[in-house]
Amino acid sequence: MEHTVICRNVSKIYRQDAVSVQALTDINLEIPRLDFVCLSGPSGSGKSTLLNLIGGLDKPTSGEITVDGARVDLLDKGALAKLRLHRLGFVFQSYNLIPVLTARENVEFVMQLQGVRAVERSEKARDILKEVGLDGLEDRRPGELSGGQQQRVAVARAIVSQPSLVLADEPTANLDSKTAENLMQLLRHMNREHGVTFIFSTHDRLVMDFSRRLITLHDGRIVDDRKRE
Amino acid sequence: MRLADLPLLTTLAWRNLWRHTRRTAVMVFALALGVWSMVTLASLVRGSMEQQITKEILNLTGHAQIHARAYPDDPAVAHRFRPAPALDQALRQSPIGAWSARVRVPAVVSSERESAGVMLVGIDPAGERGLSFIPQAVTAGRYLDSPDDPGLLLGRKLAEQLETALGRRVVLMSQDAGDQIADRGFRVVGIFDADPQAMETGYVFIGRGIAQRMLKIGAEVSEIAVMTPDRKRPQAAVAGLRAAAGDLDVAPWTEVQPLLVLTEKINNVVLLIWFAVVFAAMAFGLVNTLLMAVFERTREFGLFQALGMPPRYILGQVLIESLMLLVVGLVLGNAAAWATVASLKGGIDLSAFAEGLEMVGVSPVIYPALAGSDMAAANIIVMTLGVLASLYPAWRASRYVPVEAITRV
Repeated sequence: MEHTVICRNVSKIYRQDAVSVQALTDINLEIPRLDFVCLSGPSGSGKSTLLNLIGGLDKPTSGEITVDGARVDLLDKGALAKLRLHRLGFVFQSYNLIPVLTARENVEFVMQLQGVRAVERSEKARDILKEVGLDGLEDRRPGELSGGQQQRVAVARAIVSQPSLVLADEPTANLDSKTAENLMQLLRHMNREHGVTFIFSTHDRLVMDFSRRLITLHDGRIVDDRKRE
Repeated sequence: MRLADLPLLTTLAWRNLWRHTRRTAVMVFALALGVWSMVTLASLVRGSMEQQITKEILNLTGHAQIHARAYPDDPAVAHRFRPAPALDQALRQSPIGAWSARVRVPAVVSSERESAGVMLVGIDPAGERGLSFIPQAVTAGRYLDSPDDPGLLLGRKLAEQLETALGRRVVLMSQDAGDQIADRGFRVVGIFDADPQAMETGYVFIGRGIAQRMLKIGAEVSEIAVMTPDRKRPQAAVAGLRAAAGDLDVAPWTEVQPLLVLTEKINNVVLLIWFAVVFAAMAFGLVNTLLMAVFERTREFGLFQALGMPPRYILGQVLIESLMLLVVGLVLGNAAAWATVASLKGGIDLSAFAEGLEMVGVSPVIYPALAGSDMAAANIIVMTLGVLASLYPAWRASRYVPVEAITRV
């Protein structure tokens, strides 16, 4: 089976002055292509740390992480930037849209860095915004959109350039339950229709119910890993 | 950085600039004010300096002078010369403009009541046109007709000191070629005004032919004053004249008036110091503004990196922001300076301080002169050093660790 993510004995220790915090301990994980995985667990269990390590935003203290065939724990800054640009998509808890760009420009941002031609960019952005239900709101800036709409723009931005993997860190944490449910349906739709692997973190039961695989972390260790259908 | 990514960075930079309109406006105003002060002050200093130089050149200096070797140290009748044919020919060739030969020796002028030591200047009245101030300076009576005109031109102040007037007679006394006292009576046919007043009290003008006969020097002269097409570049003309002048001393105005050159150099240094002081004040504001903008957008810079933007693009974005601030500030500052100088075209009247200003050779009315070189210097200094000062905030922005930046509250 082809795996999008492979973690081997991954540990992460944060050190500040004389204090060390073991955020992750011996994580072993294989996530097949097109999976829809939920990382759950209480605050401080290591969900976000694991997502950051997989996304190359941080380096593990020890262990190996392979994403789409690339050893992210060994890549330098430039190579990591390239990997994130071409193969990964991110959705953050607090949306993290670029406030000075419109919804369409936010979606086009990554494609622009990838060097996609303007016409193609514009067409893809329009289509994906329509797909996430933001038809007619393309020229609004993030400040003029609701939380749910902003998160949809973030999803559109993450998915538009067809990455292998989308990492979503508590994507519904700032949304009401109805909007959260809609967003999860959208992520599921993207997973199926666009053929993209999703890993998202949450401690919301409703969100967990959408996953096909639920991995539970506690104190930096995987304590449960089960398939759901 | 790819050229195709410039529009993205430019858009981000421009929009970010106006996220805090008031802060950006204050910074643009500070930059514009600084540039305005640089260019305006430079134009005032330059205008004043130009006036001083032009005045000195017209006050019998010319762009170059030809003398007997010993004349500059001892301007006596003994140090005279007869222009050789080769020199005469060189004077009639390009790039020489106006030129004229003068007799110029110390003398004493006496009225019925008073006498005063002066410099007697024997001129060719027609030759002085376009060469010195005297043809335009006669404000009462008339200018001289020819080198053989028997009249004399007297400065207004000297006329007052001698208690004489237009139409009255004075006696000029000097040393002739045979070391004998030569004197001759003249009727005052014209009164002239001059700036500085020392020119009115220190010089009397008579026809050159009359002077030569009075001093028994035949066709010999004390000096030849020359105008070239460009006072800033008299070297070519001077070199040509030197080749033809034989043993004579040919000196450009910069050698004749070294104090003026020194003053110009001091002014340039003062301007540079002013530029540096103004820029230093602006640089603190600029760096502070950019650092604030960078710290405020830490999360965004982290996000950019998370989305795959290379750090050098972030550096570029902040530098473009700085460049835009600088360009807007420079455009406004230059426009304001230009408008200020244009509105002062009629001159700034400082006649209330005329006496003090005359002591340092500055005219009571200053006409600002907007020099392209000063404008360019101010703009290049602000732009270059501004971008250099922005490197630190830009570098800080590009060095954020994505995960730390994104999670920063």
